[in-house]
Amino acid sequence: MAELILTGVHKRFGAVKALDGIDLSVHTGHLVAVLGPSGCGKTTLLRCVAGFDTVDAGRITVAGRDVTSIAPQRRRIAVVPQEGALFPHLSVWHNVAYGLDRAARSRGRVEETLALVGLEGYGSRMPHQLSGGQQQRVAVARALAPRPPVVLLDEPFSALDAALRVELRRDIRAALQADGATALLVTHDQGEALSIADEIAVMREGGIVQSGPPTSVYAAPRDAWVAGFVGEAVWLPAGHPLLHGIAVSGRGTRILLRPEQIELTGGADAVVIRTDFHGHDAVIGVRLPEGTELAARILGTGIIPRIGEPVGLRVTGPAHAF
Amino acid sequence: MVASAVALIPLFYLGVRVSEAGWSRIAEELFTSRTGVLASRSLALAAVVTIACVAIGVAAAFLVTRTDLPGRRMLGVLSALPLAIPTYVAGFAWVSTVDNFEGFWDAALVLTLCSYPYVYLPVAAALAGADPAQEEVARSLGRGPLATFASVTLRQIRPAVAAGGLLVALYVLSDFGAVSIVRVEVFTRAIFTSINLGFDRTGALVLATVLVVLTVALLVGEGLTRRRGARYARVSVRAHTRITLGRLRFAVWAFFAAVSATALGVPLLSLVRWFGAGVSRPGSVSEVVTAAGQSLWAALLGAVLTLLLAMPVGLLGARSPGPVATMLDRVAYLSHALPGLVIGLSLVFFGVRVAYPLYQTVWLLALAYAALFLPLAVGAVSSAAAQAPPALEEVARSLGRGPWAVARTITVPLAAPGIGAGTALVFLTCMKELPATLLLRPNGYDTLATELWTHTSAAEFAAAAPYAVVLVLIAAVPTWWLIRHG
Repeated sequence: MAELILTGVHKRFGAVKALDGIDLSVHTGHLVAVLGPSGCGKTTLLRCVAGFDTVDAGRITVAGRDVTSIAPQRRRIAVVPQEGALFPHLSVWHNVAYGLDRAARSRGRVEETLALVGLEGYGSRMPHQLSGGQQQRVAVARALAPRPPVVLLDEPFSALDAALRVELRRDIRAALQADGATALLVTHDQGEALSIADEIAVMREGGIVQSGPPTSVYAAPRDAWVAGFVGEAVWLPAGHPLLHGIAVSGRGTRILLRPEQIELTGGADAVVIRTDFHGHDAVIGVRLPEGTELAARILGTGIIPRIGEPVGLRVTGPAHAF
Repeated sequence: MVASAVALIPLFYLGVRVSEAGWSRIAEELFTSRTGVLASRSLALAAVVTIACVAIGVAAAFLVTRTDLPGRRMLGVLSALPLAIPTYVAGFAWVSTVDNFEGFWDAALVLTLCSYPYVYLPVAAALAGADPAQEEVARSLGRGPLATFASVTLRQIRPAVAAGGLLVALYVLSDFGAVSIVRVEVFTRAIFTSINLGFDRTGALVLATVLVVLTVALLVGEGLTRRRGARYARVSVRAHTRITLGRLRFAVWAFFAAVSATALGVPLLSLVRWFGAGVSRPGSVSEVVTAAGQSLWAALLGAVLTLLLAMPVGLLGARSPGPVATMLDRVAYLSHALPGLVIGLSLVFFGVRVAYPLYQTVWLLALAYAALFLPLAVGAVSSAAAQAPPALEEVARSLGRGPWAVARTITVPLAAPGIGAGTALVFLTCMKELPATLLLRPNGYDTLATELWTHTSAAEFAAAAPYAVVLVLIAAVPTWWLIRHG
């Protein structure tokens, strides 16, 4: 069953169409990531769902109830803003208890949600005594505490440094799952969307271009723009000799490959023009004799070829034509 | 709207009264050699004091923030402390200590020593906050330390110097206490003399209008130069490399010692000297207590009224910035730049002509305080409101609380400390106010400031000293707050 359903949602600011007919549904217990570049309208979408902005047209239903024109405090939709926005004058315990009635507080729901995000015993701390990651965990606990049908997360990890982000992402995903929460996450980070979400919805210029499970959006993007936005894309003309024996789905003259589909072998199909070493892997840029440039992802443990060195190429796995 | 009306009453009445007087009468007053002398003397005083303040303020700020001067933290506090001495108290201190202390240069000395912190504080903040990377880049591109200071550092602090200098110039133009005690005939003193002697109201009005024009010209001029200067992002995370002074430090110490001795030492010595004689006079304690009580009451009314008017303006400015909010803000600031004497004068006419029941009551005085100090309170309210950003209120709403519950549990608790501090600041500033109080107080209603002024004018220094001591203590509180948080 879909917990959150948006039908034909429109919103404009003056001449700018921020939301141009959004249809989206989030199933109970699922996490959907809305992925889009900055300025695509994803934050407006979130604010409209929360009720901080009103929609011009369309319907928003939560757990079967139409909330389109209901005040934010009656929608039962909790929000985790970008930088936590903890109430600075309240302790961690009181922050989490803010949305709870007296009965729920005395039932130990505060302690329960704090444990869920890994912060048992932090109740008496004040927000300024916490690190950025801990503040974000409290913000998640505060949103989960009243058991809202839907939780909205607005780029909740963007202010954190990369190492912390991965760990927090994993923990918060686990906390949401353990609580059976239905969540909508907004982000511009494709890695974040792909790794955390059950389903992603790619957004561009106020509309949803494509939605589906992360693996299928990554493997079968709907158009070249989506292909480039959800991951690194390399292109070969249809009928190129390297594509011999490769299953190509779709019709078109340009064949999409991901760098991990290209292997380096002995030989002299191409010349290395750049090497980007990332530690766990490396992306090797090569140029074919006719001038086409490709990229191959190889494991960082292997030998990294030098610039100017000739290499052989082998393409694996299915490809998609546009 | 009510708030901007209060801010505009003084200007409006000035305009009405001047236009009633008729052009020929105005011309008669305006084109006299006396007006010309007054104008040039006021401007010259403002120019001399501003230049001296910029020199002392920038030098002190640079030495405190950028060198390895021993004891620089203490010197930094000492450099800001003269703010705690109202100019008329400083004037009293000098006149009662040095014989024949009067005239242009003596007034310039007193005003400089009282107001250089207006340059020192913003410049010190700008120097400490400026991005050191810019200076380092200039050095790495082959500029020496002096060339770097001139081409990079001075540009970084220019907005702060300009703002501080403007404040000093406005302050000197509007100062009444010091110039009248040190007996230098400038606009404010001439206005007061003619209104007080009661025979020349139109003359006072015309002079006040010229003073307003000078003030506005100064504001506009500063606004024009500011538009040309770019804004500088302050992203300082690192400390600046401090300049090693070596033997020069003794010269620098001498500089600070000279400034502090004249700015703080002379007033304190004079107060101590006369205080003993002052409190031993029979009946003096009860007089001081009465005056203090009346000061408290007027200041309390003024602070509460100012705050009530400032709340909507400040909240509107912080929450929904738009043309209306900006206009309200500007109007409030314009009246702040007006001399207290002009505001007092126009409210006298307002009281006589329009609000007669208010005339000769402490309520009209409170209204004058509100017109004078509204910007101070608006600033406090809007920065307090910024402590409770809209994002917090939105989160609170999403957690199921209605608007009133959110205001009670989130907005008010977060903004209250800032609003409280702003009210206290306005309250203490009202207690020190002199010129508007002199003009608008009900007959026989003596406050600390007016008693000090009256006794000093009559050369009763011992009688004046206790009031001066109490006033310095009162003024020290907001100064201390400013140094700690400003």
